[in-house]
Amino acid sequence: MRPILLQGHERSLTQIKYNRDGDLLFSCSKDHVINVWYTHNGERLGTYDGHNGTVWTVDVDSESRFMISGAADNELRLWNVATGKCLYTWEFPTAVKRVAFSEDDKQVVCITEQRMGYQCAIRVFNINRAGDGNKQSKEPAHMFNPVGSKATVCAFTAQPGVIFTGHESGKVALFNLKTGEEVHSNERAHGDVVTDLQMSEDRTYCITSSKDKSARIHDTKTLDVIKTFTTETPLNSAALSPNKPYVLLGGGQEAMSVTTTSLRQGKFETRFWHKVFEEEVGRVKGHFGPINTIAVHPKGLSYASGGEDGFVRVHNFDDSYFKSQPYGDLQIED
Amino acid sequence: MPGLTQDVESVEDIDYSDIEAKYSVEYDDTFDNTLVVDGVPVIDRSKLEKLLAKICKEFSRRSAPVRPDDIFMPWDESSGKSLGYLFMDFRSAEEANAALLAMNNHPFDARHTFKLNRFSDVEKYANMDEAYVEPVLEEYAPREHLRAWLADPQGRDQYVVYRGEDVEIFWHGKPSQCELAYKPDWRDFLYVSWSPLGTYIATLHRQGVRLWGGSSWKPQQRFAHPLVKLIDFSPCENYLVTWSNEPIVVPEGKPQGPQYFSPEDEGNNLAVWDIKSGHLLRTFSTVAGSEGPGGKRQMPWPALKWSPDDQFVARVTPGQMISVHELPSMFLHGKKSLKIEGVVDFEWCPFSDKDRDEAEKVVSVGANGMGVKKSPENMIAYWTPEVANQPARVTLLSFPSRAILRQKNLFNVSECKLHWQNQGDFLCVKVDRHTKTKKSIFCNLEIFRVREKDFPVEVVELKDTVTDFSWEPRGERFAIVSTNDPNLGNPGPGITIKTDVSFYQLDRVKNDFKLLKTLSNRTSNAIRWSPRGRFVVLATVGSSTKSELEFWDLDFTLEDRREGQTIKEDWGSSIQSLGLADHYGVTDVEWDPSGRYLATSASAWTHTLENGYAIWDFRGQELLKQLQDRFKQFLWRPRPRTLLSKEDQKRIRKTLKVFSRIFEEDDQRESENVNTELIALRRRLVDEWNAWRARSKAEVSDDKGRDLAKEKQSEEDKEEIEVWVEDIIEQIEEEVEE
Repeated sequence: MRPILLQGHERSLTQIKYNRDGDLLFSCSKDHVINVWYTHNGERLGTYDGHNGTVWTVDVDSESRFMISGAADNELRLWNVATGKCLYTWEFPTAVKRVAFSEDDKQVVCITEQRMGYQCAIRVFNINRAGDGNKQSKEPAHMFNPVGSKATVCAFTAQPGVIFTGHESGKVALFNLKTGEEVHSNERAHGDVVTDLQMSEDRTYCITSSKDKSARIHDTKTLDVIKTFTTETPLNSAALSPNKPYVLLGGGQEAMSVTTTSLRQGKFETRFWHKVFEEEVGRVKGHFGPINTIAVHPKGLSYASGGEDGFVRVHNFDDSYFKSQPYGDLQIED
Repeated sequence: MPGLTQDVESVEDIDYSDIEAKYSVEYDDTFDNTLVVDGVPVIDRSKLEKLLAKICKEFSRRSAPVRPDDIFMPWDESSGKSLGYLFMDFRSAEEANAALLAMNNHPFDARHTFKLNRFSDVEKYANMDEAYVEPVLEEYAPREHLRAWLADPQGRDQYVVYRGEDVEIFWHGKPSQCELAYKPDWRDFLYVSWSPLGTYIATLHRQGVRLWGGSSWKPQQRFAHPLVKLIDFSPCENYLVTWSNEPIVVPEGKPQGPQYFSPEDEGNNLAVWDIKSGHLLRTFSTVAGSEGPGGKRQMPWPALKWSPDDQFVARVTPGQMISVHELPSMFLHGKKSLKIEGVVDFEWCPFSDKDRDEAEKVVSVGANGMGVKKSPENMIAYWTPEVANQPARVTLLSFPSRAILRQKNLFNVSECKLHWQNQGDFLCVKVDRHTKTKKSIFCNLEIFRVREKDFPVEVVELKDTVTDFSWEPRGERFAIVSTNDPNLGNPGPGITIKTDVSFYQLDRVKNDFKLLKTLSNRTSNAIRWSPRGRFVVLATVGSSTKSELEFWDLDFTLEDRREGQTIKEDWGSSIQSLGLADHYGVTDVEWDPSGRYLATSASAWTHTLENGYAIWDFRGQELLKQLQDRFKQFLWRPRPRTLLSKEDQKRIRKTLKVFSRIFEEDDQRESENVNTELIALRRRLVDEWNAWRARSKAEVSDDKGRDLAKEKQSEEDKEEIEVWVEDIIEQIEEEVEE
């Protein structure tokens, strides 16, 4: 399993995302650029230029037609995936930290940063998919400010009109979009800031990672913690692997203290944990800095990790990975 | 229930004793400050004043002042003479005591000697019950067996872990047999230490040393040496040496006795104790030895070196002599030290198994009172550096006969280190030699074959500096770490010295030591032989960047060889690497006493990165790893020598197949057990997970179904409303002409 090294960014990665078909990989970075790559050979298909600040987040719709991105230039942009044209730009008073498409691609949720006297805000926009897609409404369909600790990550759940959020305090919560009310919350889901949130295929459960060195699987309806994965390093990202009962965790020492420790000490490895047994299965080394983001192919054929070192490493799994049954013949539902 | 009338009647019988006891007044008229003085001259009244003045003067002279008014002299009224004794009142009991101590048996004049007694004592002894009361015999409580842990049916070893403020003692065996053995609640101590045979565990407290042991880990003994910093057990666990950097002070009013320091011990800082009785045997001062040339030198520890049979303990006064003390009296042996001009260091020759058997036989024979057999002679090796025209010299000395057995002269010596093989078969003197210009250092190994006649010496010459040397226990091989790295001697952060590791073996034919194999370009700086020999681990310790562990087998091909066949293969071909491992930040590497497991630990005393410990098998497979903040110490519990006789051991070796079958069956059963348990657990987890998934999936599809139904319903509910909308499309005003 020789990884493909994607060397298209000059600064550290912030988020990477596979499209639904798994043939493309979107990556965004602090160098203001969004890149899109062919996942089978690592060739760069193109870039999306236009943001004028760290691009914090991207998401792509299920048809690979539209891509949405949020950046530190306070802009939320909608792009045409195929042409690379920016279709629409929304402007906010503060930076956009997280975006996500809904399951039906008709809505987008975004989190804006709490800064300069502005509160952290969650907005939902309806996406007009007709025509070129450059006719969007300027005003959000829903907007509200979560009270208490600011939200860091969010995604739509399986229940219509409800989003799942992770917060700086380690809280996770469910919000009703229409009313802006907190439907349900778990204040002690994590002990520190929630750094990543990835939904399962059917959005009935999700995995969150946190600086408290653990990752957890939550039921998106009851917010029950189903599984906990405790490592010895702060985690920046956690991903679920479809068709295999593993979760992938990435992280490492805080970026600011990396230079003071040796490579070995930093633990810049992707960890594979068994989803159900909560035990570590293996590790993949490679990055020179903390891993900021991990994504798994929607069919579980490969995975990619983006690091503070500015590289994306795409690992296509070998045949042996699919054939081997290290835990015997157990049928585990996805 | 007693009736009312009864109560009234018994008013006078009410028991007031408790109230009386509570409010009873204690009279302050004890006679503790009154003394009775006997042996006073018998006088008549005329001489009274004179006598009293004289007595007062005598008392005052011995700093026990008394006034004539406080003296009461009884008279024999019939004869008008005194009765030859008198009473004295002092201001307090303390003063009375002082006077008692000072004046008892004081010769007043040629015919009279004062006998002083407390007045209360006179009363006490006068009222003493004359009948003999048989003392109650204390029930004999058998002590726990101090080596109970050896009777573990699974033959496991123990280890102690000291982390934060907590100590825990664990069993280590097969994976399912590892468990907590004991969690003591010892508090406020520096560190823990096992005795050399594992019988006791010692904790160093502010007040002194405590020993714990037995199956319930009860306190076994205590040694009051305040601020103790270092301890050392004698090889047979009979004696303990303690050291503190603070000199001993004996404050007033401290408990006294054979277990405590007495005023003569003040200023010393090294103490020798008898472990069984807890008695202090002797104290020494190490201050004189610690100040070498060039300011403060580190004190060598152990400061006292024990002979292997606990018969003697010796210490060196650098440059002057070796003083050997006999035990248990701690007197200087032969009343004089071994005067050796310039002596730097010495080592006792360890006993081989045979010697030890003999020594034990002597002890048991001695106990039976049978004819006394001579216990085997001890041997000391020491070296003296070059002085003026005299070459440096290594000497083997027999003790207690003090006969010089062998001497070897050495030239251009800057430093010597004495390494005995653990059976005392060989002595290697690692000689750091300098070239004539004294610019570079190289190394010679002078190897004495002690068991042979005339102690033949072999020399192995090396070009590099040797940083570590280690004999294979019970073997004829040794390993060295050598280096020619220019960074040697100027350690800095991030510098890891490149080293070579070489193995040497005694060639039986030529009777010299030949190189087996050199592993070049390593960073290893520590050699750890398995206590049973054959296996060796090379470790890189104390480096911030490298932390490799290499596991080697020196007899890898030996298994295939038939017995009786001689070594015809290539020299050194049987060395085989078994595994490589890495323990980041490792500070200590230690084999368990059976030589089956290796423990590595990273202690918070050295650094604070990734503290914790790991246990490996002899092939370098990790069995256990614990990362713990504030982890400090890991120690295997040592084991005493085997109780099996040579013949028994031989028999077991011969019938090993029979025994191994039993153990293999055990292993098999156990692994099956573990597997079934694990599989069951996993199955349960999977079932739970699948059930939850099924539930949530059903819920989602329900929701979806409901949504769809709702949508449908809402479609059905739709009313068709026809609205007529009138739009004025255009309005044209036309003037119609009529």
